[in-house]
Amino acid sequence: MSTRALVIGLGNPDRGDDAVGLIVARRIAALGIPGVAVREAGGDMLALLDHWAEAERVVLIDAAAPLTRPGRIHRLDPSFGPLPRDLALGSTHAFGLADAVELARTLGRLPAGMVIFAIEAARFDHGAALSAPVAQAAREAAAMIADALMEERADA
Amino acid sequence: MATKTLRVDYLTRVEGEGALELDIADGAVAGVRLAIFEPPRFFEALLRGRAGTEAPDITARICGICPVAYQMSAVHAIENAYGITLDAPLRALRRLLYCGEWIESHALHVVMLHAPDFLGFPDAISMAAAHGDVVRRGLALKKAGNSLLRLLGGREIHPINVRVGGFYRAPTPAELAPLAPVMAAAREDALALARFVAGFSFPSFSRDYEFVALRHPTDYPMNEGRVVSNRGLDIAVADYDSAFAEHHVAHSTALQSVLRARGNYCVGPLARFNLNFDRLSPTVQALAAELGIAQGCANPFQSIVVRALELVYACEEAERLIAGYEPPAAPAASVVPRAGVGVAATEAPRGLLYHRYELDAEGTILAARIVPPTSQNQATIEDDLRLIATRDLALAESELRDHCEQAIRNYDPCISCSTHFLRLEVRRR
Repeated sequence: MSTRALVIGLGNPDRGDDAVGLIVARRIAALGIPGVAVREAGGDMLALLDHWAEAERVVLIDAAAPLTRPGRIHRLDPSFGPLPRDLALGSTHAFGLADAVELARTLGRLPAGMVIFAIEAARFDHGAALSAPVAQAAREAAAMIADALMEERADA
Repeated sequence: MATKTLRVDYLTRVEGEGALELDIADGAVAGVRLAIFEPPRFFEALLRGRAGTEAPDITARICGICPVAYQMSAVHAIENAYGITLDAPLRALRRLLYCGEWIESHALHVVMLHAPDFLGFPDAISMAAAHGDVVRRGLALKKAGNSLLRLLGGREIHPINVRVGGFYRAPTPAELAPLAPVMAAAREDALALARFVAGFSFPSFSRDYEFVALRHPTDYPMNEGRVVSNRGLDIAVADYDSAFAEHHVAHSTALQSVLRARGNYCVGPLARFNLNFDRLSPTVQALAAELGIAQGCANPFQSIVVRALELVYACEEAERLIAGYEPPAAPAASVVPRAGVGVAATEAPRGLLYHRYELDAEGTILAARIVPPTSQNQATIEDDLRLIATRDLALAESELRDHCEQAIRNYDPCISCSTHFLRLEVRRR
């Protein structure tokens, strides 16, 4: 079956709330929605450009810097413009998610239907579990994304 | 007396966290400090008490850009301690894995981190609008390198398939075969890239460096060889500590390394190229001649050309190794721990990477020492900056800053992989 949508969870599993993108992706993978592929990614944001070529519709989930309220979910559509820098969707390496999005846009490789869920974190402690508000947000984001993907399937 | 302070808080395109401080007094450069203030990571301490067989996986975590280099130095050092010699197919697989890392690391630096300096762009994203074909080439090369890491290492970052004695699993010829055309296409991309970067305008600057690199009887160095220099150094890796010393400087949490006899030295692509030109393939030698650097290169700004030549070489070498692949009889030799000391040096993309381990009879690590290339180049970078800042002192501060940043990027410094900014501070008194 061809990939209709690609869900990519970003983060480090061992740095507290930074794992939220991975946990949301795993929840969606467990649902086994037909036509939906799920990937996990870590440090190399430039490699995302290759993954994005695999599907027309791409959903990314990443942790964001604490800005207003831990657990707040920001739904971002990069087709409207660059990602807000204050969410610090960065990377431990030279290129972060915001850079990868802009590079893809410049090269004409930005998928037509891309949406990014950025979840405000509370802490990035080594070896810590998700904080309570971010764990709750992970459940909400997974349900929200799964509903949308299944709705699209019904429409297809 | 006029005093000026210039500060750049977030310099991207450098791996790690550090600062450059220039002291300028009475119109002269009074001090240069490449200050690495990132907290120490204590890898050498946390290796103590762990099994020697764990060293390749633990040390791979030091760097997300060059994890294979750490794995290779660690695994060869432990094998050295245990008296394990790999057969030819396993040696070839290790070299092929290293080719993958050179390709992805050099492609990242040449195209995404360094080229914007020469083309007048603040970053690769801005550069992509005017030079989309170059950026696409860089990304394609990086992807090709990653494909080798994924197959041989089990995944693209922090590979998990290397073990003391060999690999956990060796690929089948059928798994490796599809990578042959990938490497052939990558070689063409690398060739075009080398010709493109050789056309850049390079600052007129060269120094009489002492270059230090591995040298192997037949191969361009990656995993094996003696440690040699252009000033007569020629030692076995086991004698590394007798020739080199690390010392602490107050402004850096990274130790600086010097040759005991002569002081600062330079490792990395320029050193490898100058000391091992005769070990490059005929096509890469011919390309170097075409690009005008076959006689040697002592201009650090031209390191981008040498990296591009090494990219061509690594693609070509990967093609050769894939074509000649014979699966090993077993994916790994048997491992019998024993007490002793093991050392190894390999050529990370950024230069010589030395590991030394002391192990007890059960194979537990009693002591570990890791000397990465950036700490070896640190004092040489400061020397370059002193000369460049002296030469360019009359320029506007923005230009002076740009030239200094570019000079640091000549070395592709991997200060660490945890954060990535460098603060430049110029103090004029």
